[in-house]
Amino acid sequence: MNFWVNFIVAAVVAGTPLLFGTLGEIMNERVGHLNLGVEGMMSLGAIAGFMVGYKTDNFALAMIAAFLSGAAGALVYAVVTVTFMANHTVAGLTLTIFGIGLTNVIGFHYLGMSESGTLKLPEQITQQMRSIHIEGLSDIPVIGDLLFQYNPFVYLGIVFAILLALFYNRTKAGLNVIAIGENPAAADAAGVHVTAWKYVNIVIGGGICGIGGAFTIMITNGGVWISDCVGGLGWIAVALVIFATWKPMNAIWGAFVFGAMRILKYYVNKEIIHIPDAFYDMLPFLVTAIILVVVSVRQVKDKAQPAACGTNYFREDR
Amino acid sequence: MKKKILSMVLAVALVATLFAGCGGTATTGAAADAGAQSASTGLFPAVPKDQIKVGVIHITDPAEGSGYTYTHDLGIQGMQKNLGLADNQIIRKNNTNDGDPTAIENAILECIEEGCQIIFATSYGYMDTCEKIANEYPDVIISHGTGYKSNGKNFNNYFGRIYQARYLSGIAAGLKTESNKIGYVSAFGKTLSETGGGIDAFAMGVESVNPDATVYVKVTNSWFDPEGEAQAAQALISDGCDVIAQHCDTPNPQLAAEEAGVYGVGYNSDMSKDAPKAVLCSVMWDWSAYYTWAVEQVINGTWTGENYYGGMTEGLVKLSDLADFNDPEAAAKIEEAKKKMLDGSFNVFDGVIETNEGTTVGTEGGTLDDATIQGGIDWYYRNVVEK
Repeated sequence: MNFWVNFIVAAVVAGTPLLFGTLGEIMNERVGHLNLGVEGMMSLGAIAGFMVGYKTDNFALAMIAAFLSGAAGALVYAVVTVTFMANHTVAGLTLTIFGIGLTNVIGFHYLGMSESGTLKLPEQITQQMRSIHIEGLSDIPVIGDLLFQYNPFVYLGIVFAILLALFYNRTKAGLNVIAIGENPAAADAAGVHVTAWKYVNIVIGGGICGIGGAFTIMITNGGVWISDCVGGLGWIAVALVIFATWKPMNAIWGAFVFGAMRILKYYVNKEIIHIPDAFYDMLPFLVTAIILVVVSVRQVKDKAQPAACGTNYFREDR
Repeated sequence: MKKKILSMVLAVALVATLFAGCGGTATTGAAADAGAQSASTGLFPAVPKDQIKVGVIHITDPAEGSGYTYTHDLGIQGMQKNLGLADNQIIRKNNTNDGDPTAIENAILECIEEGCQIIFATSYGYMDTCEKIANEYPDVIISHGTGYKSNGKNFNNYFGRIYQARYLSGIAAGLKTESNKIGYVSAFGKTLSETGGGIDAFAMGVESVNPDATVYVKVTNSWFDPEGEAQAAQALISDGCDVIAQHCDTPNPQLAAEEAGVYGVGYNSDMSKDAPKAVLCSVMWDWSAYYTWAVEQVINGTWTGENYYGGMTEGLVKLSDLADFNDPEAAAKIEEAKKKMLDGSFNVFDGVIETNEGTTVGTEGGTLDDATIQGGIDWYYRNVVEK
């Protein structure tokens, strides 16, 4: 029992940065933009969140900074792809390379200025970003461990996912956004402001990715600066969007399942089950490939990629 | 018309660059020839101190705190200070991916081009490329760290007895643990002698003060995996381990220990600056001991091309200062073992050693030889469990 509680808690924590990246990418793809810049936007969020936290010792300010810098990266992408109609793939890859590069340059600059060669977040923010403890609730056996003692990011990610699901499924504006991703010309003809909604979705999506980046440095790396701290999670998030079939609610459990697959090799008892570690490292991608095949074979429309994803919408072409 | 003038100017510039390029190569070649002819006492002629140039190939950037490259670069800086070299006598090639032979070759050739007499290649993966270039450029010394190949002339390897410090850190861990479960996050397991031997030495140190404790190992399969190292440590902690040792590059296992309120043993540099509330002590390299020695040999013209395998005695391997929350007995016990290592009466892998599979290694009254320690430890000590 205890083992399973530990395993599930670790899986949820490992999956949380993926949840942010996935939600951000879903917002992009829902308006028809395949944004491969998730890794870059997460990196930008990581450095901004870390540096603001380092200087101000204020968790809320750090979160805002992470959101804004991820959003700023996405804004560049939006200008290039929405307004100037550049190729999505190239623009996204460029954003990734730029984001990681800029992040490392800033990190090295501050590391070089520090005397000990280490940048560590101050005490107060470290306490705020770590696991919460609610008197009474967190102490309930099993349920308290499973539900009420995560770090704040976990709850924030779930709230984002629920809000996003409500937006897409319960509001007219959400339906309009989905229409943009399926057929922007039709949406335009119906009076939806295509360009404006594309900007809003891409920029907010980038901001959510940025918070995921802040998670990697604050939680995974314990608040000590390290280069390349996102470490490829942004790419897994892009795969996870397919796994979640472009639905925010699926992203929640999808991220936790992926998190479980990422930590599985540390929890399987190797004395009993002998499988090479490489198998565990491969699992998330294997599962994504299988899901992709299953979805495309079944051809369920509402579980497919938005039809216009990856293409530019040129109004005068209608 | 304008276009024509522009293209002519460009063509002239191109030709000029070509000549400049040729000129550079020609002078280097001549200098190298002159060097080869005047070999005297050592294999290479002495080099005046103000003319020596030292190349360093780093796998990441030294500004990266705590980790592997930082520690190597501290050694280079120490050597520079010990010998009084100027900043422009050290040529660093940072971020040289050790899985990319072309990048490695370019980095080394750039150092040769800039006139380095000795080049330190700090990562294991540089080994084969170093060997190749050393054979092509017999007048430049290429010194490769942590590998096993050498040619006895201008290509040697350097490494050290880190297991000595690991044994001592095991004493601190064995005394501190209350659950008698000690975790160990390792890049690789017993498939690699460096990591396997380190785990065994640590486990022997633990057993010397606490025969009831078990060392649980989790392997990440990577020297640098920030996420995996943190997750492995968390898995060990949730399994009941209350001291987390590590043989990998990031301080994340120590940070995970600090967050969970348990203790740890750092590696590479003094990790108490990362996790001051958790790190009991750190197993450290002081590469300046080797770098100073090697560059001095080149300056004096006494380079013989021998391999280097230093330890506590040479000051290459160290245990950091103990944190004040160590067990009160730790300092004395560690000092006692260290003394025996320094006077040669204790070599860690002494006598008959029992493995965790029930077999034995070594002979009564003997000790494992260096070749076995460097390349032949493929077993775990009896109190080790890989999970």
